[in-house]
Amino acid sequence: MPKIESVDHLTEYRRQIRAQRDPKQQQILVCSGPGCLPLGSTEVAGAFQEQMQEKGLQGKVILKSTGCHGLCAHGVRVLLRPQEIAYQKVTPEDVPEIVETTLIGGKVVERLVYQDPDSGQTAVHKSEIPFYQGQKPLVLRKLDEIDPESLDDYLVVGGYRTLRKVLFKMSPEEVIDAVERSGLRGRGGAGFLTGRKWRLCRQVPGEVKFVICNGDEGDPGAFMDRAVMEGDPHAIIEGMIVGGYAIGAHQGYIYVRHEYPLAVKRLTQAVAQAREFGLLGNNILRSGFDFDIKISQGSGAFVCGEETALIASIEGNIGEPMPRPPYPAQKGLFGMPTVINNVETWANVPEIINMGPEWFAALGTEKSKGTKVFSLVGAVNHTGLVEVPMGTTLRQIIFELGGGIPGGREFKAVQTGGPSGGCIPKQFLDLPVDYDSLQEVGSIMGSGGMIVMDTTSCMVDVARYFISFLFEESCGKCTPCREGLRQLLNILNDITSGEGKEEHITLMEEICTTMASASLCGLGQSAANPVLTTLKYFRAEYEAHIRDKKCPALVCRPLLTYTIDPEACTACLACVRECPVGAISGPKKEAQHIDQDICIKCGRCHDVCQFDAVKVE
Amino acid sequence: MEEVGLLINGIYLKVPQGYTLLQAAQQLGVDIPTLCYHPELPSEGNCRLCVVEIGEYPRTRLVNSCTYPVEPGLNVQTHSEKVLQARRIVLELLLARAPKAKLIQDLAAEMGIHESRFKSEDPYELCVLCGLCVRTCREIVGVSAISMANRTPGKLVTTPFLEPSDACIGCGSCAFVCPTEVIPYIEKDGKRIIWGREFELVRCNVKLEQKLKSISTVKL
Amino acid sequence: MDVERLESILTQYEGYPQDLIPILQDIQDQYHYLPKDELKVVAQRLNVPLTKVYSVATFYKMFSLIPKGRHQLRVCLGTTCHLKGGQRLLESVSSHLGIEPGYTTADMQFSLETVGCLGSCAQAPVMMVDDKYYARMTIDKVSKVLKLYKE
Ligand SMILES: Cc1cc2nc3c(=O)[nH]c(=O)nc-3n(C[C@H](O)[C@H](O)[C@H](O)COP(=O)(O)O)c2cc1C
Ligand code: SF4
Repeated sequence: MPKIESVDHLTEYRRQIRAQRDPKQQQILVCSGPGCLPLGSTEVAGAFQEQMQEKGLQGKVILKSTGCHGLCAHGVRVLLRPQEIAYQKVTPEDVPEIVETTLIGGKVVERLVYQDPDSGQTAVHKSEIPFYQGQKPLVLRKLDEIDPESLDDYLVVGGYRTLRKVLFKMSPEEVIDAVERSGLRGRGGAGFLTGRKWRLCRQVPGEVKFVICNGDEGDPGAFMDRAVMEGDPHAIIEGMIVGGYAIGAHQGYIYVRHEYPLAVKRLTQAVAQAREFGLLGNNILRSGFDFDIKISQGSGAFVCGEETALIASIEGNIGEPMPRPPYPAQKGLFGMPTVINNVETWANVPEIINMGPEWFAALGTEKSKGTKVFSLVGAVNHTGLVEVPMGTTLRQIIFELGGGIPGGREFKAVQTGGPSGGCIPKQFLDLPVDYDSLQEVGSIMGSGGMIVMDTTSCMVDVARYFISFLFEESCGKCTPCREGLRQLLNILNDITSGEGKEEHITLMEEICTTMASASLCGLGQSAANPVLTTLKYFRAEYEAHIRDKKCPALVCRPLLTYTIDPEACTACLACVRECPVGAISGPKKEAQHIDQDICIKCGRCHDVCQFDAVKVE
Repeated sequence: MEEVGLLINGIYLKVPQGYTLLQAAQQLGVDIPTLCYHPELPSEGNCRLCVVEIGEYPRTRLVNSCTYPVEPGLNVQTHSEKVLQARRIVLELLLARAPKAKLIQDLAAEMGIHESRFKSEDPYELCVLCGLCVRTCREIVGVSAISMANRTPGKLVTTPFLEPSDACIGCGSCAFVCPTEVIPYIEKDGKRIIWGREFELVRCNVKLEQKLKSISTVKL
Repeated sequence: MDVERLESILTQYEGYPQDLIPILQDIQDQYHYLPKDELKVVAQRLNVPLTKVYSVATFYKMFSLIPKGRHQLRVCLGTTCHLKGGQRLLESVSSHLGIEPGYTTADMQFSLETVGCLGSCAQAPVMMVDDKYYARMTIDKVSKVLKLYKE
C-alpha cells in the first residue's frame, strides 16, 4: 500500500484501483457476518477456494468473505455478482454444484434460492426477496459488497471521500452545522441530537479533546454494531475523523467488547491500514489536521456501555458511572471534553457529509431522521439485520420484512431497547418506529434490538430474565438500582416458582418508580421498563401465576407438571437416561412413568423425547 | 466570588457559584438527609438519600443534591412527594439489606418506616456500601488499603484478596467514619486488631510527626 | 512466579495507570487467570494501589482469580437464546461436565461460563467453545460437541 501524500493523490489512487477493476467480473461474496459465521461460512469460503483451484478459475473469479448480508435465518448466504443471484443455506457440499452449474454453466441452482415460507414462491435475485424490498440500507449498504479487510475495497466504493470536503473545504463549524441540520440523533439509545452534542463539546475551551466510539453493544439480542464493526470498519474511522475535526480532537478511541473478537481484529487492522496509508496520523493528507485512533477492549461489563462508565473503563478503572453534570462533553476522558457516539451514529456521518444534510433529513419522520438498523430476532421467520427509514411500522418490519411468525403461531409481543426497553403488545403493531413513539408506549429505541415473541413466551419469565440480567450487570454503586434489582429479582423468582402474593405487584411498582427516578445512571433508571411494560400490558399473566399458580405459556417450570403419555411412549428410554434425578422408570419395553415426588421439573425429558410423549401442563 | 440565584422550596436565595444543591439547602437551613456524604470527602452520589426534585412541572426530575451544582434560576424541591417517596423506598431497601443497622433504623423511623416489606437476605448484615471508609482510607489517610470488590450481587468492602493488607497502617479511620459500625475492630491489651492485622498501640507523644512514625513502624 | 513471562507482557506498555486493564487482559489470555503474585507486581509497576487492581479484577466478568480450564465453554444467555432454551442448554452442559457455571472441571479441561449475548442471535441458542461458535444447539448435540474437545 502506498503512503498517500495529498488529497489529489488519494483521488488519483482511487481512480487507479477503479480502473483495474472490471464491474462485470464474476464475484462470489460469502457472508461471514454474525449469523453465518457460526453456521460455517469459513468452511464454505474454503470450499469455493478449493473448487476455483480445481476448475482453474483463479484470477477469473473473485472470492470475498464479506460482512453481514442481512437475512441470517437462511445462512450461509452467498451472493454472486454481477448477476445478483442470492443463494441461501449453502453448505460446503453445495459449492461444487454452484461452481459447476452457475459459474461455469450459467444456470441457477434452484434448490438454493429463496422460497417464501407461505406461498412457496421462489426468488433468485436479491432484489426480488421481500426481506430486502422494504429496506433502505445506508449504514449496511456496503456490507455485502466489500471485503472488510481491504482498504482498497472501501476506497473503490467511495470511502474517505469526505476528507477532501471536510478537511479542505469546510470549517469545523460548517461540519457541525451540517450534522445538526441533518437531524441525526444518537443511535446508541437516548437519541440525543448528534450535532448539538458536537457543538457543546466544541464550545468548551480546551486544547485536548477526545472522540470515542461506543462499540460496547451489551444489549442481549442486538448485533447491529457488531455487524458494522466487522463488516465496514473504515466507515467508523472515517466518521470519527470528521467528528474529531469538527470538535477539535486529535485522538479517538474505539471501545469494543471483548466478546466480539472478530470486531476487535477488523478494527485494529483497519486502523493500522488507515495509519499506514496516511489517513490517520499527523497532518492527514497535508491538511494540517492530526488525528489518530486507539482501540480499547471491554472486559465483560454491560454497564460500561454507559458513557461515564465507559470513560472510567478506558482510564483503567472499574466501570462505575459518575453523576452528571459534568457531562462528558464538558469533562470526559482524562477530564477533557469528550464526544462519545455509538457505532451506527459514526457510520452515518460520512454519508451525511457526502450526500448533504437535506438528503438525510428527507428520510424518516419529523423528529427522527434517517434510517435505523434493527436486529430482528426471536419468533420471526426472517431473522436478521434490517435497515429501514425511521417511522416504518412494527407490523411492516415484523410481518413484511420479517415474514411473520413461524409455525403459524400468534404474535404476542416485541421487545425493543434491550434490558432498558419494554415489551410492546399486539395493539401497537401499527406504531411507527421512532424515538418518541416507542417512548410513549413505555419502551425505548435502544440500540436497535427487536426480539419478537409468540405465544410460547411467558411475559413474567421475560421480565424475570431481564431483571436477573441487570442484577448481574449492575455496578452496585447506588442503592435504588443495587437493592431494588435484588428485591425485584426475589419477588419475580417467587412469582415464577409459585410463591407469588397479591401484594407483590404493588411492591414491584413501588420499587420500579423509585429505581426510575432516583438511580444514578441510565441502567437503573430504565431497568424498570421490562417490568412496568409487562405489568401494564400482560397483567393477567402475572395474576395467573400469583392466583392460580399457573404459567399460561408453559414456561415457568416450577408451575408445570410433566407426565408421560403411555400411548405415545415407545420405551426408547431416552428420557430415563437424561433425567438427572432418576425420576423416570417403568417396566422394560413398556411406557415409562414420572414419579412426581422426585421430579425436579427440569424439563429435559420433554426436550429429548422424539415422540412427543412427554406432556406438559 | 460570583453568585448564583436559585429557588429552593419556593424561597429565592443566592449562593456562591460552584456550590452544590446540598450546600445551598444547608445555607437556607433546610435539612436533607444524607448517608454517603461527608464534607471532607469527594461526593460520589451513591446512597441516593439526598435526592431533590429539580425543574419545572411536569418536566421535573430527581438528582442527588450532594453533587449537582447550583444553576441560575433552578427550581428545587427538597421535600416534594416524589422526593419523599424515593427516600422512603431507598430507606426501606437499605433496611432490608441491613436490618440491624442503628442509623438506618433511625433514618427510616423518621420517615415512618419501622419494618421493611422486602426480604432480608442476611439478618446480620450491617454494611450499606456507602463507601465512606474506602474514600477516607484513600483520600484522607492516603493508603488505599481497602476498596469495593465485585458488582451488585456480591459487592463488598474488603482488603485485596480478602487478606490482611500490607498497606493498612492500622489507624482505624475507616472504622471511625463508618456510620453503621460494621468494620471489625478490636482494641485490648495495648493491641488493635483491624482488617485481620494486629498493631501494637503506642502511647501518644503529642507530636503528630512522631505519632505517625510510630504507627508506620509497628510490628506485624 | 515466572518473571520473564510477566515481563514480556509488561514491556509492551508504557506503565500508565490506564494500561491496567489491557495488561490484565493479556495476563488473563495467557495464564487463563490472574495470579495473585503477578497482580502485586502489576500494581507496583503501574504505581497504583493493590486495592485498585483487585477491584478491577473482581469487577469485570472476563477476569478470574482462580485458574481456568484448557477450554472455555460459553453458553449464551442472551434474550433470544433464553427464549429458545438457552437455560436448558446450560443445564445440560453443566450436568455433562458435572460443574456449575463459573467453575472448572477437576481435570482442568473445561471451564463453564454464561455470557450475556454473543451476537449470533439469529442462530439461537448458541454456545462457544474457545473461539468456535456452535449454532442452533440442541440438548442431544451437547455430548457430541463436548467429545470433540475431550482428551
Ligand atoms: C446501561 C447502559 C448501557 C449502554 N450501552 C450502550 C451500548 O452498548 N452502545 C451504545 O452505543 N450506547 C450505549 N449506551 C448509551 C451511552 O451511554 C451513550 O448515550 C451513547 O453511547 C451515546 O452515543 P449516541 O449519542 O451516538 O447514541 C448505554 C447506556 C446505558 C445507561
Ligand atoms: S443505576 Fe445501577 S448501574 Fe447505574 S450507577 Fe446505580 S448501581 Fe450502578
